[in-house]
Amino acid sequence: MSGRGGRPRIAVVIFPGSNCDRDALAAIELVGGEAVPVWHQRADLGGCSAVILPGGFSYGDYLRAGAMAAHSPVMAAVRRHAADGGPVLGICNGFQMLLEIGLLPGAMLMNRSLRFICRDVFLRVERDDLALLRHLSRGQVLRLPIAHKEGNWFAHPDVVREAEARGAVALRYCASDGELAATANPNGSANAVAGLVNQEGNVLGMMPHPERRMRALLGGEDGAALIRGLVDAA
Amino acid sequence: MLVEVRVKLKEQVLDPQGEAIRRVLAGLGYREVEQVRVGKLMLVEVSGDDPAAVRARVEEACREVLANPVIEEFEVRLP
Repeated sequence: MSGRGGRPRIAVVIFPGSNCDRDALAAIELVGGEAVPVWHQRADLGGCSAVILPGGFSYGDYLRAGAMAAHSPVMAAVRRHAADGGPVLGICNGFQMLLEIGLLPGAMLMNRSLRFICRDVFLRVERDDLALLRHLSRGQVLRLPIAHKEGNWFAHPDVVREAEARGAVALRYCASDGELAATANPNGSANAVAGLVNQEGNVLGMMPHPERRMRALLGGEDGAALIRGLVDAA
Repeated sequence: MLVEVRVKLKEQVLDPQGEAIRRVLAGLGYREVEQVRVGKLMLVEVSGDDPAAVRARVEEACREVLANPVIEEFEVRLP
């Protein structure tokens, strides 16, 4: 559904404790979308054709990161939107929510170091057949920041194998040259998973923050291709 | 009645927090401590007098939100 001037309307859901919502809204506008803030108590997505679950500490990470937000009223609308094939991008805490509601497999454990990690990492793009990643190519290396304490993706070995077999791993932590290395995995995530996509390819969860790398002035533009992909897929 | 909900990481899930605590204990001289696992204890006050019914409801809540079945297991204890 297009908004004013034909720009695709993209929802950014705001939970109590979200802190990357303003960046996400600005990022959408920067690549030509109409950014629509949607409060988590709403039962609909305001007529938007794509949605971002932004980063932050929804409900103070009480119980488990993303566990409280997963039961917010708006999440029923997010589920319906996803089931209808609508694009969903969960960033950091938003990724944790997608795991909690089961749209993506596995769960997040505390980082191997037990520390909150806030720094740039390198990511290798593993899929180039997804609408959401249309502006990226397979094997491309991105530099994006991470900022989390629970990003150590875990799943039963059978689930990990199944995820790999169907290409669920969309983004993987890597060295600057794109090679996989234990030292390039910041948090201990199984198979260096940084981002996962669902079977249908319309739901993407990722720990790194593309919305924080939209301008050269602010450290780089590697996030812009991802956000533009969401807007163009909407 | 006051119901105890214990949530702990599954055996096969590494618990780096517990391991860090074990190392600190070893450094303090508690060398006999072989393993530490960190979990959560929730004290849940529930109305109702039928223990079986209360247990069923609390277990339902555990499955729905209090525990994440991917990484955790829970135990419900009634008075």
